[in-house]
Amino acid sequence: MNEPTFTQAATQAATEGAAEAAFEPERYELAGAPAYHFEVARRDFFKLFGGGVFVLLLLKGAAAQQEESGGSRRRGGNTGVPQDIASWLQIAEDGAVTVYTGKVEVGQNIRTSLAQVVAEELRVSVNAIRLVMADTELTPYDAGTFGSRTTPVMAAQLRRVAAAARELLLDLAAEQWKKDRATLLADGGKVTDPATKRALTFGQLSKGQRLVKTVTDAANPTPVKQWKVAGASVAKVDGRAFVTGAHRYTPDLQRPGMLYGKVLRPTSFGATLTAADSREAEKLPGVTVVRDGDFLGVSAPDEATARKALSLVRAEWKAASAQPSTRELFDYLRKNPSGAGSRPVESLGKVADGLAQADVKLEQSYTVAYIAHAPLEPRAAVAEWQDGKLTVWTGTQRPFGVRSELANAFRIGEENVRVIVPDTGSAYGGKHTGEAAVEAARLARAAGKPVKLVWSREEEFTWAYFRPAGVIDIRSGARRDGTLTAWEFHNYNSGASAIRTLYEVPNQQIEFHPTRSPLKQGSYRGLAATANHFARESHMDELARAVNIDPLAFRLKNLKDQRLRAVLEAAAKQFGWGRKKSSPHQGFGIAGGFEKGGYVATCAEVSVEPDSGRVRIVRAVTAFECGAILNPDQLKNQIEGSVVMAIGGALFEAIDFADGKILNPRFSRYRVPRFGDMPILETVLVDRPDLPSAGAGETPIVCLAPAVGNAIFDATGKRPRSLPMAVNGLKA
Amino acid sequence: MKAIELQVNGVKRALAVDVERPLLSVLRDELKLTGSKYGCGEGQCGACTVLVDGQATRSCITPVAEVSGKRIVTIEGLATNGRLHVVQQAFLDAEAFQCAYCTPGMIMSGVALLDKNANPDAQEIARSMQGNICRCGAYPRIVTAILSAAQAKKGGAK
Repeated sequence: MNEPTFTQAATQAATEGAAEAAFEPERYELAGAPAYHFEVARRDFFKLFGGGVFVLLLLKGAAAQQEESGGSRRRGGNTGVPQDIASWLQIAEDGAVTVYTGKVEVGQNIRTSLAQVVAEELRVSVNAIRLVMADTELTPYDAGTFGSRTTPVMAAQLRRVAAAARELLLDLAAEQWKKDRATLLADGGKVTDPATKRALTFGQLSKGQRLVKTVTDAANPTPVKQWKVAGASVAKVDGRAFVTGAHRYTPDLQRPGMLYGKVLRPTSFGATLTAADSREAEKLPGVTVVRDGDFLGVSAPDEATARKALSLVRAEWKAASAQPSTRELFDYLRKNPSGAGSRPVESLGKVADGLAQADVKLEQSYTVAYIAHAPLEPRAAVAEWQDGKLTVWTGTQRPFGVRSELANAFRIGEENVRVIVPDTGSAYGGKHTGEAAVEAARLARAAGKPVKLVWSREEEFTWAYFRPAGVIDIRSGARRDGTLTAWEFHNYNSGASAIRTLYEVPNQQIEFHPTRSPLKQGSYRGLAATANHFARESHMDELARAVNIDPLAFRLKNLKDQRLRAVLEAAAKQFGWGRKKSSPHQGFGIAGGFEKGGYVATCAEVSVEPDSGRVRIVRAVTAFECGAILNPDQLKNQIEGSVVMAIGGALFEAIDFADGKILNPRFSRYRVPRFGDMPILETVLVDRPDLPSAGAGETPIVCLAPAVGNAIFDATGKRPRSLPMAVNGLKA
Repeated sequence: MKAIELQVNGVKRALAVDVERPLLSVLRDELKLTGSKYGCGEGQCGACTVLVDGQATRSCITPVAEVSGKRIVTIEGLATNGRLHVVQQAFLDAEAFQCAYCTPGMIMSGVALLDKNANPDAQEIARSMQGNICRCGAYPRIVTAILSAAQAKKGGAK
């Protein structure tokens, strides 16, 4: 049997990664728990870290299964951290505390909030904690930093690990002093005996120790009510490195002897390379050309030479068969179901009966365009081979997934691949797959030297995956008094996140229809929750108007969920919902929603220029509730940032394409929110310290678009049903 | 290739470079000053912003020959003797970033603005910074940072 070529293997690895990314990541493939434990290997592994005290959190049973994500399973063999460990912490002989986690820092500032929960349990300052993140050789396996899971899962694990470490230190002191541990106190980096005032620092307690303690569950994590460090607005732990330009993102890294890589991109999607003459390119000094199936790349001692070498390659591409363009997109999505078949998500009562009971019936369609993540740091990787072992630095949300992709692409064992993720210049769900890593590694292997490969902005806009486009059809019924009687909701392609309504409707049919997609698509902040909230909350507004009831009152009338009611009322109160307009071109809108444990509501004020139809968002008030808050200012930052990002998708962002090409692959043609687009932004944090902490990296994005759409209707009487709503002003 | 002399952060550097090469590439790959970032290569995002004779300049579209003999300041050249520039400190105090990839460019643009206009209001800041993109959406905090840096400067801070 023929072994797959590099290109086939790499494509397959990337496709699986992309497919996994497109597959809503909450739906982890359940894999079996690891077949065996490495008791011996574990002790050997920790020998690498010197002496001291090691506390490990072990995942067992259902929790272990939950953490597995399809495509990047834990595998057998010596692959760094023993595989049943979820997270771990070391207290070294000098007292230094280091926490090891497979999560990545992409601007959501978990480097700070995770340090806070550990500092809380150990009763030390945040500055005493060092986090080692996202290094497949040093940190535990992690499925990926996505799905708003770090706060509810990793932070909860680290609380337990750190609480166990605290208890262990108390045990060590109690043993030394021959005292009852219940009389001792841990604080400020030491254990004290209040009766005698004697104290032992963490360093003194761990000196001469090689103690590996495994815990499976909480020692007593500190109750939220008692939080002193967690729950505070602690500043970003290493902020100074960022305001001085000292921090090195992947594109800033240098390795000895490093070359610069560039890949020859196909002239259109799906095109195959039928001929390539690289002789002129190869003549340039220090240039290596690699051709492997459809993959053609160059490496050179400097970037300009790499670009020149690429331009000298005479390549012929055979285009794939005709592909749909933007114009045909929504029609295409309706008519091209994918093999997976449609999935009813909810089925209650009988929609036909509900419609028969209704005084008003509505039927509408909504669409959302493909949009791009456009992270300011492009996809990039630095790859280095040494004695058959590969190390790749890259900005990815899935270091272990990318490790698998690399191992598959080069048909080597994962134990010979190390992926390291420097704190990265954003991702928004777009950096799940390892294309740049595989490309850099392929070039590095051929050149015999490290290679740095940084995607250009055009490559970013063309060869990355997009947020899915979608068509949503809604059919609904309500009584004259505002009670909902029927709700039928069909989402084509965009996805099933937040497809369910939280409103009370006795007759429901909700379905997700997977379709073929003309463009490569995958995860984007919030997944389909943005599209589904846009459609649902716009439609709820249309129903409210049809029965002539205030949009907020209409929602509350059909809503039992107390947490969603709370954010709707909080946003409305801060906004001053219900006041009269002060100008004919002014409009007010409201929207509420829920996703991934977070509750959000947004009120928007817009001003629409009558002649041009240009829409200005004047003010946006967002209320958000996600249980106990780890860091209020960090949370506000995430909410504001999500709302700002949402403005793009709401008003003017859209990928334009035809004949297998992206037509607007740069910032000069793809408009993103800028300073001039800023409304007055207000945030209301609804704190629920009695509830477990949920994540906040995504959900705040979902209600801006429908709130703005509803405000546009309020201002103009025109109902926008397509995102983006106002590329150059409202459509006539 | 041509021999040129660049003055960067107060230090004169003699280099042999292709005169058409973008200043950004020379700063990052020759001088190893990686604080200025590549974001778009077409002068549209501001991540590459440096000061040339005090003017905010998009180094990704500035041929290096154009700045020979001029005074270039990058993010690395702002702090003096380990003390942060007032704008850098203001960004820290306002937590005016998330992933911070845009931050050096934002700070340099802010420094240039305040050197010209000691007392801008929020609208003037937004207009002046329209060429700098922050994909994480920290714009309101950046405006707050620049406003407070302006205040601090009035109070004598540098």
